[in-house]
Amino acid sequence: MKIPYFPGCSLKTYASSFEKSAIASGAELGIEFVEIPRWNCCGVVSSLTSDDLMHHLAPVRNMIRVLEMQDACMVDTDNKMLTLCSMCMNTLKRTNLKMREHADELETINDFMYNEDQKYDGSVNVVHYLETLKEYGFDKIAEKVKVSLKGLKVAPYYGCMLIRPKEVGIDDAEEPTIFEDFLKALDAEPVEWRSKKTCCGSYLTVSKENIVVKLTSKILEDARSNGADVIITSCPLCAFNLDSRQELIRIQNPGFEPIPVLYFTQLLAIALGLDINEFGFANNKIDGIPILNKKIFKK
Amino acid sequence: MAVEQKMVTVYIMGEPQLVPEGSTIIMAWEYAGFQLKKGLGCREGFCGACATVYREKGDFKLKGGLACQTVVTDGMSLVQIPFVPSERPRYNLAELKPDINTFKELFPTIFRCVACNTCSKVCPQDIKVMDYIQQLKRGDIAAAAATSFDCIRCGLCALRCPADIVQFNAATLAQRLYGKYLAKPSPELADRLTEIDEGKFEAEIEELYNMSHDDLVKKYYSREIKIR
Repeated sequence: MKIPYFPGCSLKTYASSFEKSAIASGAELGIEFVEIPRWNCCGVVSSLTSDDLMHHLAPVRNMIRVLEMQDACMVDTDNKMLTLCSMCMNTLKRTNLKMREHADELETINDFMYNEDQKYDGSVNVVHYLETLKEYGFDKIAEKVKVSLKGLKVAPYYGCMLIRPKEVGIDDAEEPTIFEDFLKALDAEPVEWRSKKTCCGSYLTVSKENIVVKLTSKILEDARSNGADVIITSCPLCAFNLDSRQELIRIQNPGFEPIPVLYFTQLLAIALGLDINEFGFANNKIDGIPILNKKIFKK
Repeated sequence: MAVEQKMVTVYIMGEPQLVPEGSTIIMAWEYAGFQLKKGLGCREGFCGACATVYREKGDFKLKGGLACQTVVTDGMSLVQIPFVPSERPRYNLAELKPDINTFKELFPTIFRCVACNTCSKVCPQDIKVMDYIQQLKRGDIAAAAATSFDCIRCGLCALRCPADIVQFNAATLAQRLYGKYLAKPSPELADRLTEIDEGKFEAEIEELYNMSHDDLVKKYYSREIKIR
């Protein structure tokens, strides 16, 4: 399967381990990520002001690029756009929904973008890699597992953007299970915990990091007290807040025990037998390698 | 047989003026009697000094172009513009790193880009300006340096940007960082610098210096331009 892939800015900078592990694991499963030519910013943060169409140009432009890829036979999927970052997925999907529901707004945007070769018609479907994996079949992935993650206790962290609002979420907004199903396929043990949908503080990390420290320390301690070895996420912003902010948490609370925060694709890549050194584990502020070595590779 | 010169009407600061058909915007101003001392330079489309805006008859869109290259049309409206925004941070290239954090610090406005593409629409060099701003947003400095290569720093992109981005100065930084840190080292460059130091081109330069104005003009216009 060749699928149009929208990376997003974070995936090309501080979350490169997410992209590398996703593309490599996809290749093992026969899912080829074809990077969208001339993609631009997803349009984050999604504007909720009803007359602010300017901020929806960026997402719609990306949708047009997908249609262009299909015209050029660069992909073999039908109107799909693959995303990894939860925030990008959420922003793109919300605009797409707005365009489908408000034909007049879509027309205004198309008029403004008169220099594009084609108009957008609302036909692109934004999907998340987790959805693509589910469609591929978690049972089939289980068959391809070369390195069992048995004994690894993982706290799946959904955050907000993957499941809310429900119109764009990839799973039930209240009781999501897609991460748990994914982890079971890899033989890992999903931890049942309270904070899996609790906000990490999002962009407050820029202006009010103390609020983020407060929120994330509660989340991290909850994962710890439920026995998790690692936390997984699909959002570079959540990962930044949960991983990088542990430094500040430790300053405020010296007794705090750090916990590694990984992208779900890093675990997938390990389970599929790919080299652990390839996917930027060293970039994580809290090193995940020791616990993975101990639990999985029995070193 | 004498050919009659066709004339068109342009509106300079609202006043109708008859100017010869086929005039550029600069020629129209001068034909109407204005003496231009600023906002123009080489008159050849290379220096980027004469960026301006105009409206055409029956079209509400504010268009932009180089005054030395844009040919007037009947009913065109022309104005003076005060200046092109060119806010430029001071930096020492040797102290910078070729990564996204450098741009976050020196050109934070690029992260306000909403992909409206107004900059690319107005660029007289047909550069995909918005594309290189997007490339910078994700730290791809080499790509941005290549995409912006043909920029002549006329500043129309910055003049029209709703997010106050000064695209062309960001492009300059991208190109400098690329040249200093990212480009493959070129042994040919070192060789050429040695040749210059050894005076290989002195005679040629001397010859140009001593040419008469007319001969120099003749030589300039008969030169070969290699198109990439």
